[in-house]
Amino acid sequence: MKAAIALAAALCGTPAFAGWEPTKPVEIVVAAGAGGASDQMARMMQAAIQKNNLMKQPMVVSLKGGASGAEALMYMKSSEGDPNKVLIAYSLIYMLPLSAKIPFNWRELTPVSVIALDQFVLWDNSAGPKTVKEFIDAAKAASSPFKMGGTGSKREDHVLTVFLEQKTGAKFSYLPYKSGGEAATQLVGNHTEANVNNPSENLEVWRAGQVRPLCVFDKERISYTSKVTDTQSWADIPTCKEQGVDVQYLMLRAMFLPGKVTAEQQAFYVELFHKVTQTTEYKDYMEKQALKPIFLTGKDMVQFLEEDDAINKSLMTEAGFVAK
Amino acid sequence: MEALGLLLHGFAVLLTWKTLVLMMVGLVLGIFVGVLPGLGGPNGVAILLPLTFTMDPTSAIVMLSCIYWGALFGGAITSILFNIPGEAWSVATTFDGYPMAQQGRAAEALTAAFTSSFIGSLVAVLLITFLAPMISSFALKFGPPEFFAVYLLTFCSFVGLGREAKHKTVISMSLGLLLAGVGMDTVSGNLRMTFGSAELLRGINFLVAVIGLFGISEILLTMEERLALRGHAASISLRVVLGVWKDLPKYWVTLLRSSFIGCWLGITPGGAIAASFMGYNLAKRFSKDSESFGKGRIEGVFAPETAAHASGTSALLPMLALGIPGSGTAAILLGGLMVWGLNPGPLLFVEHKDFVWGLIASMYLGNVVGLVLVLTTVPIFASILRVPFAAVAPMIVVSCAIGAYAIQNAMFDIWLMLGFGVVGYVFKKIGIPLAPFTLALVLGNRAEDAFRLSMIGSGGKLGVFWSNGLVGSITTLAIVLLFWPVIDSVLGRVGLTQRTRTTSP
Repeated sequence: MKAAIALAAALCGTPAFAGWEPTKPVEIVVAAGAGGASDQMARMMQAAIQKNNLMKQPMVVSLKGGASGAEALMYMKSSEGDPNKVLIAYSLIYMLPLSAKIPFNWRELTPVSVIALDQFVLWDNSAGPKTVKEFIDAAKAASSPFKMGGTGSKREDHVLTVFLEQKTGAKFSYLPYKSGGEAATQLVGNHTEANVNNPSENLEVWRAGQVRPLCVFDKERISYTSKVTDTQSWADIPTCKEQGVDVQYLMLRAMFLPGKVTAEQQAFYVELFHKVTQTTEYKDYMEKQALKPIFLTGKDMVQFLEEDDAINKSLMTEAGFVAK
Repeated sequence: MEALGLLLHGFAVLLTWKTLVLMMVGLVLGIFVGVLPGLGGPNGVAILLPLTFTMDPTSAIVMLSCIYWGALFGGAITSILFNIPGEAWSVATTFDGYPMAQQGRAAEALTAAFTSSFIGSLVAVLLITFLAPMISSFALKFGPPEFFAVYLLTFCSFVGLGREAKHKTVISMSLGLLLAGVGMDTVSGNLRMTFGSAELLRGINFLVAVIGLFGISEILLTMEERLALRGHAASISLRVVLGVWKDLPKYWVTLLRSSFIGCWLGITPGGAIAASFMGYNLAKRFSKDSESFGKGRIEGVFAPETAAHASGTSALLPMLALGIPGSGTAAILLGGLMVWGLNPGPLLFVEHKDFVWGLIASMYLGNVVGLVLVLTTVPIFASILRVPFAAVAPMIVVSCAIGAYAIQNAMFDIWLMLGFGVVGYVFKKIGIPLAPFTLALVLGNRAEDAFRLSMIGSGGKLGVFWSNGLVGSITTLAIVLLFWPVIDSVLGRVGLTQRTRTTSP
């Protein structure tokens, strides 16, 4: 009964309701290496929570990027009932169980909220072709396949590369690096011809004029219109569809608790992350990294996850990445 | 000299009481963190990162980087006194450092380690100060084939220049490579050798293996042979320190060579470990008396420590200029930079001059202050050897276990550490060297990835390893080193060896 009231309170968004609270430091589990997009986001939230006094207990970032993030998933799975651990998840929750047969299902965790959607952009070296068309023509004309840098094998970047091949008929050699940062520098050093990094991963080399964004893999342009480089803003990047290559992909950034936590505990974190999305730290971060703001929780979130799961599953199957 | 002006500006930013106090606090914390095996720099910096969120970026990075310098200095202490490397790159320091401690020359070894750390860092900082823009573009030249060539060079120099029987080195290295394959294979995205176990998903952590192989096995051996630490009450005084310093000029070639190797490998990510091993092996190779290495030769401490610290320091350069961390600690500092709203990348040097030059200035100051601090505490650390073994041994085992656990917060790692302790004991008994095993465990994955990425990129042609001057010369050098014993004996027969030896630096 108490739990039901807590949940109801959370759903109605009554912040004054004081229910459960963490009694020891909260671990925010990152399913990627240091310095990557998830780590940066976790540290932004850590700072936002600490600076705005959103929680009495401190928050610590715990990097569990082993086995391409599978370490974090198994860690969450084995922490059933522990309300002091929260996972910052991305599309690996759908993909890893399919490609590597990891015994994990996101439905075993407790969903808290979807906090952002991440874009993917096709980038090439600033000395390379200037438009998507020129790029594809050059890739087709090349004697050996163009090298496409990415992060991880049989994941978002790899899937996008396969679909780019299918839609255009060009061939690419996909090189899985350890991180988006590495994929960025390898592109700058001309060791690859292109990459499909998230905006945040290529931001600095773009500002330095070393890489060029060709198109964004979304149905609409990125909304941020303030200048990032001397001449361009995120909104100036055309969509791939506009450029005649209809490939779309958005990646979720969502928070999960381990399975079997109480509704009160879940409600606490829903409220906490809702407050985080109201802070200036969060808003600045979203704009700087060109993330799509979104806040989903409860039934909306589960519905979103189910749909997203289905999309990812069909993409993975079509790309031939599902382990038998 | 624009750099000089900017550096002086950096010192001006830095020289406030508040910053100096933070610097001291950082160094002391760092030394403590470094002394505990397994805890090390990355963990220390990670634990203390949130403390700095409310500071301004310059104070924060000064404090964090001082924890890092402190941990670098501190890491040598356990390597020398207990044969337990606190950090991956301290492994080579144990080869001669520990024998020296056993001979009662602990203070000498510690002084040598600290001094050479200082020299290595200093050379690297000078390099950063004056060559930053040029070096960043050099690092960009490294694609998969170049990375593989560097790893190959490290492996080959071990086989070709190692003092142990070649077949034993190869056996040890192969076992290490095998274990490095456990876990997720990033190139194919599949799991290997995990046998359905969730614990093995992570792969075998290098530090856990090192703590077991070196630390636990040493305790086992000591228990079997004698229930006492072999170090004697070393006479520690200013005289020892000055004595070591007086001898320094004699080893200028070694120091210079190691600094060079360190800086070179430091700016190519992940190079610090390779650097320390390579620095040690080359020093031994070019020594007139290579037999005495491994038996407590002071040069055997100078060489790896200088190289490791030159590379540990220069690893910060690709982090700042390119956003690619060259070491675990650099990766965490990178996370910190983002929180303070600074984006590492080519523009950092242009847009945040105060911060960058403040950091560089703090490298100079932090190292000088750190050296004084550790040298004054040498007597305290060396006196640990006088404590009865029965009291020290349990403490070492406990701190090893804490260290192994802390790396990934996994109970399984403690069992793994104990397992490696037994493996290390057996290896020592049957004379299989441990160093190639650990080297393969830490570099195996990266070498494999680099090789396979090169193959994907070139369409399977091995010619890619000779496709340009840079990668071609590294690969060729690697192969020459691998067959060095053969080449050496051929040259000897033709009567050239003597000349080769005298003309080599």
